[in-house]
Amino acid sequence: MSIQIRNLSFSYGSLNALQDINLSLQEGCFNALLGPNGAGKSTLFALLTRLYALQNGEISIAGRSIAHHPAEVMRKLGVVFQQSTLDLDLSIAQNLYYHAALHGISKRQALPRITEELARFDLSGRLHDKVRTLNGGHRRRVEIARALLHKPEILLLDEPSAGLDPATRESLNRHIRELCDQQQLTVLWATHLIEEVHNDDPVTILFRGRILASDTASRLCQQHNSADISTLFRSLTGTTE
Amino acid sequence: MTLRDALICFNGLLQRELLRFVQQRSRFFSALVRPLLWLVVFASGFRAALGIAIIEPYETYITYEVYIVPGLCAMIILFNGMQSSLSMVYDREMGSMRVLLVSPMPRPFLLLSKLMATSLISLLQVYGFLIIAWLWGVEAPVTGYLTALPAFLLVAMMLSAIGLFISARIRQLENFAGVMNFVIFPMFFLSSALYPLWKMREASEWLYWICAWNPFSHGVELIRFALYQQVNGQALSIVIAVTLVASILAVRGFQPQQGMGKR
Repeated sequence: MSIQIRNLSFSYGSLNALQDINLSLQEGCFNALLGPNGAGKSTLFALLTRLYALQNGEISIAGRSIAHHPAEVMRKLGVVFQQSTLDLDLSIAQNLYYHAALHGISKRQALPRITEELARFDLSGRLHDKVRTLNGGHRRRVEIARALLHKPEILLLDEPSAGLDPATRESLNRHIRELCDQQQLTVLWATHLIEEVHNDDPVTILFRGRILASDTASRLCQQHNSADISTLFRSLTGTTE
Repeated sequence: MTLRDALICFNGLLQRELLRFVQQRSRFFSALVRPLLWLVVFASGFRAALGIAIIEPYETYITYEVYIVPGLCAMIILFNGMQSSLSMVYDREMGSMRVLLVSPMPRPFLLLSKLMATSLISLLQVYGFLIIAWLWGVEAPVTGYLTALPAFLLVAMMLSAIGLFISARIRQLENFAGVMNFVIFPMFFLSSALYPLWKMREASEWLYWICAWNPFSHGVELIRFALYQQVNGQALSIVIAVTLVASILAVRGFQPQQGMGKR
């Protein structure tokens, strides 16, 4: 189950946010989308999740066009947005039941799935706690648990580690990698933090709305004679991140 | 989407609105205080100044308090509809509107379900107000409280749809304060909520015509007649038509080609 993006361009008025993007995600893998702030990552996510309509180009998921079969495609996607989308005054359970209902999953069906997902993130005992009482890392975990509730085949995460401390970031990253291994989940992880990318990850470097390079991190380093992905990223983008 | 999916989804949306409503108790009380001030203070002071002739649907002379109760019910619905729209704008800014929009259910269904859910919440506030008004001695026929229910719901749908349409068009939160002033107050004052339109006509012909064209006036009249177990056919058809048009515009406003979520 993968995503294919062909000739995708998007502009806000005269500002080109994405230009001629072509990309295929590797199935069952942790795919990294690396780019500094303002590279176009969130715009790409908005297009992948149908928050914006396509202007030019095509996106298809498992061979189904996102423009023509939206419901079918959206069932296969789990999404974690950059900004938190949890209702802080509601409990974890209430937030998760709401998401389940939006996917046509009843409370009775949702409960075992919620229990399973929260257990994975060591949050089982906090089912009825208000989200407001959770720290940033736990809120992110709840959002990931929520995104997995309807058993999607592809998980999109837009800067999921933003605002978290290094230890929490690392543990979140590890969790998602374990999910890929255990469930053959295809993951697209957008980040501007190079340390979150491993050598064998398929990585796409996005800069000013264009793809500068796309391959596994190790192969990209070989092709460009770079010592590591960090050096390569800096030399390609001219940034210090 | 199957019927079962639709029911589960609608139920989920309604429960969320209910939970948020319970969380925001202050909103409930402020929603009650506002019309009660009008009923208890404003109407008492105004009673002497404004004589109400016998007009439909009333069968006899009525006090001013009795006259304005339907308008105050509509006011609760108006404020609630607009506040719900405000929270949708807030949701959109904070991103939780995105949770709704990435659901696989058809977007028109999601948005109309949300309208219906906020409309049903409005009814809780309206009946809370009617109970206090009844305790204050302003009564309608007992069955009128039941026959008014569909009218409340329809008017709530109309006003929520108008509110949603506006919220879809407002890019920045701070502009909404202006919308409150430019939408809520004119809608309320340029209607038959506080004074019969023939009184307005005596004062100014053009103001009368604005009031007569105001869909809120027809919402108020629909409620007024329904509370007295009558159907005002003209008001009913206008409210239905405006609800349909506003719903279509609201749903179109949230389509992605309109740049929903664009920052």
